[in-house]
Amino acid sequence: MSASATRRSGAGSAEADPAVSLPPTTTSDASAEPAAARPRRRPRWALLGLTPFALYTLLFLAIPTVTALATGFFDGDGAFTLDNLAALGEPAVLGAFASSFWVSAVTAVAGAVIGALVCYALLAVRPDGLIRTFVDAASSVLAQFGGVMLAFAFIATIGIQGLVTVFLKDRLGIDLFADGVWLYQVPGLLLPYLYFQVPLMVITFMPAMEGLKRTWSEANATLGGTRFTYWTRIAMPILAPSFLGSLLLLFANAFSSYATAAALISQGAQIVPLQIRGALISETVLGRENLAGSLAIGMIVVMVVMMTAYSALQARTERWQR
Amino acid sequence: MSAVRDSATPSKLTSRIILVVVALVFAVPILSMLEFTFRAGIDGGHDLGHWAAIVDPENARKYRVLFQGIGNSVILAAVTVLIVVVLLLPTMILVKLRFPKLQRVLEFVCIIPITVPAIVLVVGLAPVYSVVAKLLGSAPWTLAFAYGITVLPYAYRAIAANLQSVDVGTLAEAARTLGAGWGTVLFRVLLPNLRRGVLTAAVISVAVVLGEYTIASLLGRNTLQTSLVQVSKSDPFVAVAFALLALAFAFVLLFIIGRVGSIRRIRETP
Repeated sequence: MSASATRRSGAGSAEADPAVSLPPTTTSDASAEPAAARPRRRPRWALLGLTPFALYTLLFLAIPTVTALATGFFDGDGAFTLDNLAALGEPAVLGAFASSFWVSAVTAVAGAVIGALVCYALLAVRPDGLIRTFVDAASSVLAQFGGVMLAFAFIATIGIQGLVTVFLKDRLGIDLFADGVWLYQVPGLLLPYLYFQVPLMVITFMPAMEGLKRTWSEANATLGGTRFTYWTRIAMPILAPSFLGSLLLLFANAFSSYATAAALISQGAQIVPLQIRGALISETVLGRENLAGSLAIGMIVVMVVMMTAYSALQARTERWQR
Repeated sequence: MSAVRDSATPSKLTSRIILVVVALVFAVPILSMLEFTFRAGIDGGHDLGHWAAIVDPENARKYRVLFQGIGNSVILAAVTVLIVVVLLLPTMILVKLRFPKLQRVLEFVCIIPITVPAIVLVVGLAPVYSVVAKLLGSAPWTLAFAYGITVLPYAYRAIAANLQSVDVGTLAEAARTLGAGWGTVLFRVLLPNLRRGVLTAAVISVAVVLGEYTIASLLGRNTLQTSLVQVSKSDPFVAVAFALLALAFAFVLLFIIGRVGSIRRIRETP
């Protein structure tokens, strides 16, 4: 029993996603050794305590992920095939990946810059004050409440009858949709996505900003440095890795976002998550039953690359924050 | 001294300008939603009609889906929090106390859900749920199994941050030395110290569950979000009103938790 417990707890982690390997962290303790190879000085019953969680993640994380990826390699009759993967090279699919990519990149960069500015401004605010609590709470809510409500909000704002649209048209004579209604197309995703990207940046980047030590600015001042030299020579180089890390996280966040796009874009499948929906819902296209699986593989590959880069950067940053 | 600090922190004016500008821009969509719910007709008038319609018992049938969805979401949020507290929290404490070498493995497992987009997870969850439905039926709460995975990264981080600041090992050893059983150690020594982390994890989990749409819609379940989409097709005003209420609810919840936390912090460090 205890032996199987060991195997399970190992399986829950190692098999959860075969494509992901532990990020190359720089910590010196050799904690990367496999779970099964731990010393046996402690009573085995404690291991049993780990089984429920291991079983749970195995059932609802490892198995679904592996299944999703595996379906990409089989056709409707269950025979092994690489045809689905070949579909990744089709113009429509490539186009969706390209759209997903640029929407994610643009909103990640803009969101990261605006979010970093907010973090910078928060440095002048009492960490336990009302403003800080307000910003923290608002950021957590807005970063999570993407999706459907966000789509509503932007339809009410810059939809055809939206508050801002009407205001601009009636008062300033500016027609937002002079070139056609872009809100329900890929460019229309940019503003809504920014609405959850900026709060996410505030949440993930604020700890790094707060990690700047006062002694550094004092040293800078003692040595005759100015505000400019402090930020360009000290703070920015120190913050760079965690800024890039947060940027990658924002990219991944936008790349995997589905609900907002699903609620805004009703026709066509211009980004990858919408294509997966299309493949899932209309499984009638002959010989393409498992296109969703191969699209999932494509997404996971992009995400794994991003997240590996993220954890590598994260490990670098942690050195500064001790 | 203030001259020294100055190079690290922006001036009060710069800080306020940035915060006010961003806050105003972020307020526009919320205010637009609010204005939208007061619209009376195409002539541009405003009244409370749509808000009154929500509480009007005559419309109860029309909005039944919505109230059902809200009910399901509340149940789902509760079960998801239960999963976090019963499954994740003890595992994290156990790993911290007994298997420090597994800490990186656990962290890795908990971060994976960020890497796997919900839409990808759904592809693989469908077969798992056909088994779940056979064993447990397809009652709304079963969806919480999937949500427990979605909230894993957030809940893990909230609890881990708290675990890091509390010397769990020494506390447990001390309690054990004084003759406490493991139950006492867990409930009377460790949990009170981890209250803030657990509370934060719970609140973030609630926010995630209330905002989740992808899994629910593709598995064909009725939750707050999916019912909002459904109702918005016939009555967009009410859908937007409920979206606002949900936003306000989550915000107030987090704000209160934040205030309680900072007041405690002030007391502890006089």
